[in-house]
Amino acid sequence: MSRKYVDRLASAVLWTSAATLVIVLLSVMAYILANGAEAISWEFLTQPPRDSMTKGGISTPIIGTFQLVLVSMTFAVPVGIATGIFFAEYASAGIFTTMLRLCVRCLAGVPSVVYGLFGLSLFVIFLRFGSCLLSAGLTLGCLALPLIITASETALLAVPQDFRLASYALGAGKWQTVKKVVLPAAMPTILTGAILSVGRVAGETAPIIFTGAAFFAPNVAKSLFQEVMALPYHIMVLATAGTHIEQTRPIQYGTVLVLLMVVMGVSSVGIIARARLRRKRK
Amino acid sequence: MNEKTPGAVITAIASVSLVIMVFLLYFLLQEGLPALREVSIRELILGFDWYPTEEPPALGMAPLIVGSLSVTALSALIAIPLSIAIAVFLSEVAPTWVQEVLKPALELLGFLPSIVLGFLGMVVLAPWLQESFDLLSGLNLLNASVLMGAMIIPIVASLAEESFQAVPRELRDASFALGATRWETIRKVVFPAALPGLLSASLLGIMRALGETMVVLMAAGGAALVPVSIFDPVRPLTSAIAAEMGETPVGSTHYHALFFAGLILLAMTLGINLISMWIEKKGKERWMA
Repeated sequence: MSRKYVDRLASAVLWTSAATLVIVLLSVMAYILANGAEAISWEFLTQPPRDSMTKGGISTPIIGTFQLVLVSMTFAVPVGIATGIFFAEYASAGIFTTMLRLCVRCLAGVPSVVYGLFGLSLFVIFLRFGSCLLSAGLTLGCLALPLIITASETALLAVPQDFRLASYALGAGKWQTVKKVVLPAAMPTILTGAILSVGRVAGETAPIIFTGAAFFAPNVAKSLFQEVMALPYHIMVLATAGTHIEQTRPIQYGTVLVLLMVVMGVSSVGIIARARLRRKRK
Repeated sequence: MNEKTPGAVITAIASVSLVIMVFLLYFLLQEGLPALREVSIRELILGFDWYPTEEPPALGMAPLIVGSLSVTALSALIAIPLSIAIAVFLSEVAPTWVQEVLKPALELLGFLPSIVLGFLGMVVLAPWLQESFDLLSGLNLLNASVLMGAMIIPIVASLAEESFQAVPRELRDASFALGATRWETIRKVVFPAALPGLLSASLLGIMRALGETMVVLMAAGGAALVPVSIFDPVRPLTSAIAAEMGETPVGSTHYHALFFAGLILLAMTLGINLISMWIEKKGKERWMA
């Protein structure tokens, strides 16, 4: 009898801990939504900040975040897919492959602020790009690279071996098989991986603080060599560095809500698409 | 086109990761080591005074290192038990419909930008802590650790769940067949079998906490002091780098010292990463045998 009692009790504790997580998560979301919704209006989304960022909207940080994502993905997606192809299709057991795997795993664990230091010393100073969209975008690209590599390799390895054998049987070479058979079959899954890494990159702050994020910029960056405003950094600036911290609270909540909607929106698309693809495969 | 060319091109592009890793190490060493020209390594790591902007600057990182370690330890203490409970629930207890909702929700939580958590720490948690415990400021070790805990729960819980899932079904069936209850099976069969995976999941969470910047920058209070209580403010390595790098001239001793702080962080996280890889490898070999 007591054994059964302990079993019930354990189940109850486990249910409670999961429920606690869900409740906390939902109340945090509701709290941000309730406080941020007031600030959001058409003007808020389409106007740049005014009057030392105490009024106006957040159009420049929104566009800046999209620009950063675009630059980072332009670098990370092709390189990431190629590296995934290398691991899944070309790699032979040897010192090079082992070293490369080790690097990818280690890069995935490097703290984001260390990526910032790396971007500062390589892109901003050594390559003389300066603090700009290009430096910050590439730094974020380096951070996203391990995620895309892992997603691509997993997607390619999930393509059935029969596909490759059928292609070889028709006389296709290795590259033709990869390009025309394996890659197209894996592409949807690879793309969901890329979408998920967009969700990660859009919310990052530490790597861009000293590589290209602007405290304030009057205009949207028109070249790769201008600084950009970004949503996460804008939140930090308003909440910690402004002279009107209390006064701009509504703008801060509004910016947090917009960032959350962008990041969570993109990530949910990725998660749902991936779940669908998995179900289809089964 | 030669049939060998694409393979060579792919291999060349793949080595970009290797190049990034090498450059990362090279630049951190190149910019970090010059700090040792002006301050001894003993003073840098064991010195207790961090006044980088005074003349002459005091560059003792001990309070920063202790700050990083204390936030990491406290957040791990909060997050790891809860994460493992959630993982056990998801893998062993939850009905399918709950799994289908909770698993994606957990993954989504992992995408929560750390700046949002840091912001909540400043505007919600800090005033609450300040009032409830009658403190001078609610921005402190406890605040940052709670948020950091929230940050690493999704990581640890989903990895832990995977390692519970990897335990072969037969082990559970054998235990049930012997008359064990579900809880007894979890505690005495599934848990020990998944232990290497749980250890590795916890280490990866700890690695993440050590390197996390925005939460500690905004919520930890920022004082470079060795904390005596959980209500003391701290300044971990990451927040020192993020807060000070923008204001220090390139090439100054302070600048090099901040890169040295980056090196310490890199060494700690790489070390943890390698240990977790080793544990994962051992764990896999166990199922092979």
